[in-house]
Amino acid sequence: MNFDMNDHSKNYPNAAGHFGPYGGRYVAETLMPALIELEAACKTHLPDPVFQKELSLLLKHYTGRPTPIFFAQRLTLSLGGAAIYLKREDLAHTGAHKINNTLGQTLLARWMGKKKVIAETGAGQHGVATATTAALFGMECKIFMGVEDIKRQAPNVKRMELLGAEVIPVSSGTGTLKDAMNEALRYWVSAVRDTFYVIGSVAGPHPYPFMVREFQKIIGEEAREQMMEIAGRLPDLLVACVGGGSNAMGLFFPFIADKDVEMLGAEAAGTGIESGKHAATLCAGSVGVLHGSKSYVLQTPSGQIQEAHSISAGLDYPGVGPEHALFKDIKRVRYTAITDQQALDAFSALCRLEGIIPALESSHALAAAMEEAKKRPKDQIILVNLSGRGDKDLGIVGPLL
Amino acid sequence: MNRLKQTFENLKKKNDRALVGFVTAGDPDVDTSLKLIKAMCENGVDILELGVPFSDPSADGPVIQRSSLRALKHDVSLKTVMSMVRKIRKFCDIPIIIFSYYNPILAYGARKFQPDSLAAGADGVLVVDLPLEESTELTSMWEDREFSLINLVAPTTPKDRMAKIAAASSGFLYMVSKTGVTGSDGLDTSKIGEQMKILRSVTNFPVCVGFGISTAEDVAAVAAMADGVVIGSAFERLIEENIDHPELIARMGNQTAAYKAATNLKKS
Repeated sequence: MNFDMNDHSKNYPNAAGHFGPYGGRYVAETLMPALIELEAACKTHLPDPVFQKELSLLLKHYTGRPTPIFFAQRLTLSLGGAAIYLKREDLAHTGAHKINNTLGQTLLARWMGKKKVIAETGAGQHGVATATTAALFGMECKIFMGVEDIKRQAPNVKRMELLGAEVIPVSSGTGTLKDAMNEALRYWVSAVRDTFYVIGSVAGPHPYPFMVREFQKIIGEEAREQMMEIAGRLPDLLVACVGGGSNAMGLFFPFIADKDVEMLGAEAAGTGIESGKHAATLCAGSVGVLHGSKSYVLQTPSGQIQEAHSISAGLDYPGVGPEHALFKDIKRVRYTAITDQQALDAFSALCRLEGIIPALESSHALAAAMEEAKKRPKDQIILVNLSGRGDKDLGIVGPLL
Repeated sequence: MNRLKQTFENLKKKNDRALVGFVTAGDPDVDTSLKLIKAMCENGVDILELGVPFSDPSADGPVIQRSSLRALKHDVSLKTVMSMVRKIRKFCDIPIIIFSYYNPILAYGARKFQPDSLAAGADGVLVVDLPLEESTELTSMWEDREFSLINLVAPTTPKDRMAKIAAASSGFLYMVSKTGVTGSDGLDTSKIGEQMKILRSVTNFPVCVGFGISTAEDVAAVAAMADGVVIGSAFERLIEENIDHPELIARMGNQTAAYKAATNLKKS
């Protein structure tokens, strides 16, 4: 494949929104003009210094950026191998990296003159982050959420409502994130003229994978500088969990041209890939089209989308961002799968050894990093994206630990 | 001459418009579905849109979503749909358009989709989530044989884009009557008229209008402006409401006849 890693940001996506064979805009015609309008708005406003200034002030004073990097010393010692550092996205306002993206997108919506926003949500973190920034800008906000997720993430439903958003339960299909996204797309088709759809991951039709990467890459940009300050060099390995893949893309992207920096994406293996109950799209899926872009998906031989399974609602998605599909094919990023149990073990370890309660999503990254740390010498550095905090997961982990 | 072209020409001579009937293939099961289609054909449907069931129909409203789920309970795949087309060809010679989301076609094999569809007796395809920008990846694989790609034009589509879509189409153009999913109500015939005027100014293709058309009155109103009227959710609602009724097939026939009576401009 013709791929210039040093020039990645210029080449990918191409003008049609394709990342190699992936990405694109596979949507109903009704939405195409809105996507073309959004793409034009990205080109005009994102590079605008006034827009960038407004966004960076909000990221600093509202979100609390830069988020710190913390050396997990006791965790590192307990494993006896490479040093583990944590990029503390859990300390961002609303408790996860999601706010980087929603702040960017709602600000863009405002610059485009749109007064209504909608979003889909799985774990509820993206929904909370969208409701938050919608409140900040005084926008009307509707959040689509699967009925199954509403049950298992009740505190986040309450949060969204407190923030003034309307939470719309989605009972079609499997009542999870993919169905919430279907329903958000259906609603958007009917309200496309005045409504901005805030997609929560580097998935969906072009320009979303590109735009969300632009808003999340601040994670990796900060991390580069911080690691140089802390350790005087770049990490040997970056680890992040991958559902749709936005926190991973945010961390990885600014390091893409650093050939000595390895990258590892941790998908959810659920109760094990062989059990069929998992969400390991890149590890065990095949190429297909879902929610507007071509990428890897979990599907039957006849092309029906399969239900994903994970203890973590945020990873419970049968698709993945198209740029990750490209990174898998060109072997720039390695993808592995972590079971529910491995994630729970990592969750407990971080609670007890570091006094940090991680999100179950981030616990997958942590588990993968802990495996790697054991195999690597002590002078190596592993940087884990601790993408969110785990308060929302207490109802799930409580009975299991 | 191909079936689509022939159909529109014949109708024009009679000052009639096409009744385009959509059903989800294999709803509620393959045998009943074939009987329903036979009843539609015998009662005047001019063009059949045969829907390939999909697990994630993000452009469809609840009625067609449920029809997809019913068909998927019987594992109806694109392969099943092809075999249904073969069976339909034994009793009926109207144009058949395969109506699908893109993923089932990709999973079937984008390359063999066209020759297999033609061999089964289909006349074209409409891929809901394959807009102009992405469609060449499918059509570039096609053999140089007559097989129509039916494209959609939406109320949000600007005029210059309409022209580009028309240039890349064959068979007919499907004009979406409103922003929204299939089966939503609130048909606005004056808006359809405005949109039609713009579309007619950029193309000579036959135009069929769909989304939100459910009564014979709706059909008559739209037939006055368009070359064809598409009924989908209303047929699926009839199937759903009569699913266990012994008169299901007869009711489908009667309903088709009622719609067909409304397409002829002389009568209405």
